[in-house]
Amino acid sequence: MGEAASQGVVARLISRAVQSVFVVFVAASLTFLLLQLAPGDPISAIADASNVPTEVRAQWRAQQGFDQPVATQYVRWIGNVARGQLGHSTSQQRPVRAVIADRLPNTLLLMGLALGASLLFGASLGAWQATRTGSAADRAVSFTSLVLYSVPEFWFALMLLFVFSYWIPVLPATGMIDVAMHGSMSSGARLWDRLRHLVLPWTALTVMGTAIFARYQRVAMRDALSEQFVRTARAKGLTTWSVYWHAFRTALLPTITLAGLFFPALLTGAVFVERVFGWPGMGSALLTAINSRDYALVSASVIVGSAMTALGSLFADVLRALADPRLRRV
Amino acid sequence: MTTPVRVPDLSGASLASLSGEMRSMSPVVSSRQRRWRVPFLFIVLLATVAVFAPALAPYSPDIPANYDAIQNLAPSRAHPFGTDGLGRDVLSRVLFASRISLSLAFASVLLSLVLGTSYGAIAGLVGGGIDRWLMRGLDVALSIPRLLLLLAVTAFWENLPLTALIMLLGTTGWFDVARLVRGEVQRLAQQDFVTAARATGVRGARMLRVHVLPHLVPLLIVNATLSVAATIALEAGLSYLGLGVQPPTPSWGNIMAEGSGGMASQWWLSVFPGMATVIAVLACHALGDALRDRFALDQVPA
Repeated sequence: MGEAASQGVVARLISRAVQSVFVVFVAASLTFLLLQLAPGDPISAIADASNVPTEVRAQWRAQQGFDQPVATQYVRWIGNVARGQLGHSTSQQRPVRAVIADRLPNTLLLMGLALGASLLFGASLGAWQATRTGSAADRAVSFTSLVLYSVPEFWFALMLLFVFSYWIPVLPATGMIDVAMHGSMSSGARLWDRLRHLVLPWTALTVMGTAIFARYQRVAMRDALSEQFVRTARAKGLTTWSVYWHAFRTALLPTITLAGLFFPALLTGAVFVERVFGWPGMGSALLTAINSRDYALVSASVIVGSAMTALGSLFADVLRALADPRLRRV
Repeated sequence: MTTPVRVPDLSGASLASLSGEMRSMSPVVSSRQRRWRVPFLFIVLLATVAVFAPALAPYSPDIPANYDAIQNLAPSRAHPFGTDGLGRDVLSRVLFASRISLSLAFASVLLSLVLGTSYGAIAGLVGGGIDRWLMRGLDVALSIPRLLLLLAVTAFWENLPLTALIMLLGTTGWFDVARLVRGEVQRLAQQDFVTAARATGVRGARMLRVHVLPHLVPLLIVNATLSVAATIALEAGLSYLGLGVQPPTPSWGNIMAEGSGGMASQWWLSVFPGMATVIAVLACHALGDALRDRFALDQVPA
């Protein structure tokens, strides 16, 4: 905090942005290293399956540049990543870029809606608890969020699926739209169809996120309420609600900072949730790619996921600067 | 005025537990001080179940001779958790899986503690430019989502053996420990007793071992407990995707994987191993939380 305030928010954001670029570079290098260390190469992944003769394999290798020295291949790979050329996905039979353009928005939609809702619900719930710490209600909510926080997201998703799609079949089990019917629906019905498909995956991610943010906000708000300015505000005769509002805004800062750190957890959650609900996002594309040894798409997913995480902490910094007047001074 | 507080026997916890003691001046806190007992009891219970799994399990975890007669049975008195597609008793498999799931998490967390403590202690003691670069490296490492990295490795190397899985989870799980240890070491380095030790000529490894490490114990215990929770969940997730522990070795995650095809018809394959996972993760989280409050470690994130 102190460092951030003295450094100036712009300088800090620039250093964050530089770091994000570096993260992408490291992720690209790491995937290259893994690919080099792994048994076999992308060619053998395809060729083993279809019994391709040795000469043809050698020809393919030469075509793709896999016969070049490692250093040459590395420079070429980094250059390609920098230009956004991530190769050809063998599992989807199209360029990796096309897969990302197609799938990433679906993942971002799910993650964005879940992140926004978790922050809203979690911060409110935690703040509400902080105004009555130690009460039976506080302890009950704390225990519930600890339990929910301990439930692996894929299992929670499975249970939601079981209860709301099979046991009480009110919601669709898989996908983003009803593929058979969607084309013939009116625009209102299409929206309704999309919402119905969104409910379960969104709930699975949001419940987990709400539990985490409530835990953060409860502690932060409790700390804020014990600070001097709260006593001053009370002494001045402000209403209870207005005192709470002051404390809430103060407590929101550490919570927002943690929202950046929460990003990897959200991404992990999204991979599992997409798998369980057949949500057509990057996560389910990645899992299909793994099963069919689609190295290009796997590498691209690691790079994209790392870039998203780095941008997530950058985004958290921007949000915090917006919420904290002290950080707005450049 | 104060109720007597029993200090749990955790040697080396002196400094941090002392500040925990200061907080215990009100009677409300003293009940909170004992909050670690119930989750600790659960963990002991789970460990006992894991150790005595062969004695406790009603059946063998392997495919029985009469497997074709007892496939996919719903829970009953003979098979309280039902049977799977190969006629194996799910209760027995869940019991045997606790050995794999718990020891795998424990071993990999131990490895990550060693790695993280070394890295963090070096960064904290050396300081200066080297420390800045080491920390920047950690920032970058923390930006690469652990799950994606694990998925990539399991994609490139299929069917990893258990030891490889432990190494993999251990070597990707130490970044946050390193950061916490470094902060704590820096704080300790400014304390009078370290200055005094330095004045008497204590340096390097001896300084670390005798004067710094003992004070890190509370931090490491709390972090290890929370990491074990995270690792149990992560392993369950990986095995559920078919990329972690490979069948026929049972783990809570891969039993659930067998049930994922027929969620509606074979709910018992997902529900019971899932509940075992939740209990283990919850017990570790609750213990970690309670110990963090007990040792007054505000620097460990919730």
